[in-house]
Amino acid sequence: MIKLDPDLCKGCQICTEFCPNQVYEQSKTLDKKGVHIPIPKNEDECSKCNLCTLMCPDQAIKVIDDD
Amino acid sequence: MEDVNESPFIKYLRKDRLPHIYCAGCGNGTVLNTFFKGMEMAEKDLNNINMISGIGCSSRIPGYVKCDSLHTTHGRPIAFALGLKIGNPDKDIVVFTGDGDAAAIGGNHLIHAARRNIDLTVICINNSIYGMTGGQISPTSPLGSFGSTAPYGALEKPFDLVDLVSAAGATYVARWTTIHPLQLSNAIKKALKNKGFSFIEAVSQCHTYYGRRNRMKSPLEMLRWMKENTINKTKADKMEPEEINGKLIVGEFVNKIQEEFSETLYNLIEEKSGNRKKAIKSAYQGE
Repeated sequence: MIKLDPDLCKGCQICTEFCPNQVYEQSKTLDKKGVHIPIPKNEDECSKCNLCTLMCPDQAIKVIDDD
Repeated sequence: MEDVNESPFIKYLRKDRLPHIYCAGCGNGTVLNTFFKGMEMAEKDLNNINMISGIGCSSRIPGYVKCDSLHTTHGRPIAFALGLKIGNPDKDIVVFTGDGDAAAIGGNHLIHAARRNIDLTVICINNSIYGMTGGQISPTSPLGSFGSTAPYGALEKPFDLVDLVSAAGATYVARWTTIHPLQLSNAIKKALKNKGFSFIEAVSQCHTYYGRRNRMKSPLEMLRWMKENTINKTKADKMEPEEINGKLIVGEFVNKIQEEFSETLYNLIEEKSGNRKKAIKSAYQGE
């Protein structure tokens, strides 16, 4: 499961671009801060490599290992 | 207490100060994450780590971390760190510094700390420009790159920090970029474990000032440029000099064992004046 903190995310799109399995997708609508927050749309594809957690400059992503 | 819904690195940060001041997509946040990952891998305690920084965007990092830190004058973090290490040889001292801080104003301190081989970990976040003051050309800006003080392109040859510090005598030297976060955290792990002067150049993106003036407006474009233009050192060693012209060479440059300065100094004190009482470092200890 992927948890994303909308208060910390600044919408830089690094997770969308560099996820090896293309899990994230940019939202079409703007949030209250005026940024496109990513949505973990293809969550089944996630291999839990935690690259997004490591690359997110704003510490907004948590990948929870369900097993 | 760690919240299950927040990033695993938030527990090391001062939560009331977040979100930090960096631009969306700035590489400083990525380097901060890789530092925590490297620290976990090296099994170091954050309570035993002291962070020191100078002036600049990257030097604001220690202010967000839950540990003892010093925010010092421009270019002098290594000078302060040297004093702190000699006074407290059991502490792990980490210096966060930028390219303007370490190479331009503090260049002298950098080479002399490397020459002494004192046990410090210096993480230099190199974004090739003076980001905080408005995009002036720094000593590491590539030849021909544009900045607010170079509207026709930079005329000066840039500094190769890795070569400089290796020549000065550092015992662990590596260069990675923010597109290599796992390799960077591995390098930080090795640097923290290394007893001696460790220098890591983390090449980072500053799309607000460097990218905007050099046709890479977004952090993604800068990261893609880094991905395409980096060559690993083992591969670059076998290539012709013309082939690697203009490319960024990443990898581990120096990893050797040599006598460490604070240890030598304490051994000398013990030899010359016997087992002296250690200095009292707390107001609550002693008579």
